[in-house]
Amino acid sequence: MSETFRPDNPDQLRDLLAWATTEGKTVEIVGTGSKRAVGRPMAADHVVELGGMAGITLYEPDELVMTASPATPIAEIEAALSEKNQQLEFEPPDYGPLLASVNSGQGGSTARSNAPTGTLGGVISCNLSGPRRIKSGAARDHFLGFHAVSGRGEIFKSGGRVVKNVTGYDLSKLMAGSWGTLAAMTDVTVKVLPVPEKTRTALLVGADSAQAAQAMIQAMQSPHEVSGAAWLPAPLASASGVDLVAGQKGAVTALRVEGPGPSAEYRCNALREMLSAFGATEELHSVNSIAFWREVRDVMPFARPGDDRAVWKLSAPPASAPQLVGELTAIKGAEAFLDWSGGLVWLALPAGTDASHEAVRAAVDRTTGHATLFRAPEEIRRTIPVFQPQPGAKTLLSQRVKAAFDPKGILNPGRMYADI
Amino acid sequence: MKMPEPDREALAKREEIAAALSKIVPAEGGVIVDEDELRPYESDGLTAYRQPPLVVVLPETVEEVRQVLRYCHENGIKVVPRGAGTSLSGGALPLADGVLLSMTKFNRILEIDFDNRCVVTQPGVTNLGITDAVQHKGFYYAPDPSSQIACTIGGNIAENSGGVHCLKYGLTTNNVLGVELVTIEGEVVRFGGKHLDAGGYDMLGLLTGSEGLLGVVTEVTVRILRSPETVRAMLTGFPTSEQAGDCVAKVIGAGIIPAGMEMMDRLATQAAEDFVHAGYPLDVEALIIVELDGPAVEVDHLIERVAGIARECGASTIRVSETDAERQAFWAGRKAAFPAVGRISPDYYCMDGTIPRSRLPEVLSRLAELSQKYELRVANVFHAGDGNLHPLILYDANIPGELEKAEEFGAEILKLCVEVGGVLTGEHGVGVEKRDLMPEMFSEDDLNQQMRVKCAFDPSSLLNPGKMFPVLHRCAELGRVHVHRGETRFPDIPRF
Repeated sequence: MSETFRPDNPDQLRDLLAWATTEGKTVEIVGTGSKRAVGRPMAADHVVELGGMAGITLYEPDELVMTASPATPIAEIEAALSEKNQQLEFEPPDYGPLLASVNSGQGGSTARSNAPTGTLGGVISCNLSGPRRIKSGAARDHFLGFHAVSGRGEIFKSGGRVVKNVTGYDLSKLMAGSWGTLAAMTDVTVKVLPVPEKTRTALLVGADSAQAAQAMIQAMQSPHEVSGAAWLPAPLASASGVDLVAGQKGAVTALRVEGPGPSAEYRCNALREMLSAFGATEELHSVNSIAFWREVRDVMPFARPGDDRAVWKLSAPPASAPQLVGELTAIKGAEAFLDWSGGLVWLALPAGTDASHEAVRAAVDRTTGHATLFRAPEEIRRTIPVFQPQPGAKTLLSQRVKAAFDPKGILNPGRMYADI
Repeated sequence: MKMPEPDREALAKREEIAAALSKIVPAEGGVIVDEDELRPYESDGLTAYRQPPLVVVLPETVEEVRQVLRYCHENGIKVVPRGAGTSLSGGALPLADGVLLSMTKFNRILEIDFDNRCVVTQPGVTNLGITDAVQHKGFYYAPDPSSQIACTIGGNIAENSGGVHCLKYGLTTNNVLGVELVTIEGEVVRFGGKHLDAGGYDMLGLLTGSEGLLGVVTEVTVRILRSPETVRAMLTGFPTSEQAGDCVAKVIGAGIIPAGMEMMDRLATQAAEDFVHAGYPLDVEALIIVELDGPAVEVDHLIERVAGIARECGASTIRVSETDAERQAFWAGRKAAFPAVGRISPDYYCMDGTIPRSRLPEVLSRLAELSQKYELRVANVFHAGDGNLHPLILYDANIPGELEKAEEFGAEILKLCVEVGGVLTGEHGVGVEKRDLMPEMFSEDDLNQQMRVKCAFDPSSLLNPGKMFPVLHRCAELGRVHVHRGETRFPDIPRF
């Protein structure tokens, strides 16, 4: 019978996983379960719920460092940071609304609460990053160290609490983006940074994806340290909760700058001037700018109530965005928008029986990038590869790395790939 | 420092191995066996350790690298990969019974892609070579180790190199987008590319800083950045190192992340001033150089704020660069600090620990005590912004026992770094030098887990053995799962 275990501390977790490995029992690792509907469906023998291991254990604002237990809610982390005017610079997204239609037990979109749904351990394990990715790096770039229990039932650590550290292998990088398949973390140390004094967003109205890509390339080639570059086609821009965006009645290309007041203003003006060669421009100030980028970060254009289309996340070279958008929005019922200056394509299309996976993967294969089926009903995620299929030599290395941490395959079996 | 006992069989087969490698790499000078010609390869940037390799091979194509590695794998021959050989931790130190695989012929930039803001390059191109190739359009490659004229990008990946500007722009790992890797089994694998976030497990992040123990990189894609509009530097001197440390903490605490923030103590400042006449004040205990970059309006604004903080902290000198020449002059002394110290002592030994910034004053006073205990002078150069210490221990190798004394002093410094919450190495790598100190920071389980990752890539432990791990266990032994059946009770854990 499947049971849900709730260890209170690392020793209990170690005992549990040592037992599971000995008995050959598989386990699903969850924090609050906010991203349970992402990845391949699993049929683990038991559930290990880390909710008993929550809370910030170290926060030194002057050292720009924080350590917290894995199930600490992002909401709690952000509240503590905000008291000291600091933040997680990788802008952890909150996919609660996006995944509401596929998360079990929630059925259909619900009104959005203000509190983010995820945990620090979850965001790091899935390496989820927001629009600032293009300037400040991914979650993994802010992840300094951890303690964990491996699938062998052994406690181990890697990294530390300082940024500059090359002592031993950087296992933090492996943990980030492993979706709980290698080890269950018992604490997570991250770099934190000051909140920029001011944020400004320059808008270009009416550009198609090719013009938008060109404008974003120019902006990223400028010295203006753009910290967000996104494009929403007219129907998606019109549905924005930010009136100044919705009211433009056209596609919107947005460029964000952040920093000390005079600098943000100067750079926003410079970008507007640059954008004016492409069409009409506008700008968003603090509150609107923050609200708009939160929508982009959380994929809100595809999280409206009733939207149950399949959602793909494509990571590709930024300059290939127009080609990908052109090809993929030709699929009936498909819509796409761009983040990461074109390097991230969010694509929604009718789920059908296979989420058009052959067309999507064929398009992304013409670049160096990869595609993840981020939202889809369970039966589709069961039948088509959710994460980008890997060539043979890479699969072999991935299997060996998995075995190095979890030789019996007890942790989140099959979450990423059938054999991992 | 003890290296693993050389394999007599490999030593005996030297001619045979050289002949086999010559078949794979037929180019003139592609394989070196002559003892005099091996001599230049006997050490890397850590010259205290010397060992000529069994043979040197210099492949020119990925196919040659693949075949060399496959041959070595099939015949159980050890391989030490090397770029320019500037490692400061003995990471590229040859083995008596190992092939030294030099990647210096992979010296071409393959593609410059300004639209995607990246450069695709062979690994033997120098760090500075990348910036040189893109600066005509106002771009640069951010990580800037002080050896950047010589060190290769492939070596930077192996060591996850840093530099003065990584405070704001990150280390190598934060600036690499993709690599092509050849495994010891001769498989060619690509991780990442021109896009962000390599798919699957983040092998790219794992390989960066893996010190040549996991594979040989044959192609690299790095991101390039647009150069800032304005760069200015500020020179501040303090009567005590406590005040200087306080200033660093307050600048960061005020939410300012400078492009670089460096500190030098009195001895390092004096040595640098005597050497390059940078105009440093000589009546200070600690000197800080702060560099700010961005639009002029931002730089001017932040310079004012940093100057204000420095004054509050009791700075006795504050000078702000008015021209780029003046800024370069401020840096000239810092950049020449190592050779400058080399002028005042026959030998010096450079350490590389990282500590939490707030522990700086305490660590500096403990360093002074250790300096007295060992009767060896120490000059401190410090990437203050990120807590990365470079104490330079001054010694004379001609005095019997003095090198050993310096090594012992160095080990105590690194233990101190770990004790205060820091790490053994911030940017120079573990290599041979800090290998035996790894247990100071890691438990046996921690190290075994790292070695299991090595086994995933190199099941026969042929790549760069004797580096990073104090004892390299056999992979079969590491892979064994201790079955507790019978002894393991069903765990008593809350459930519902």
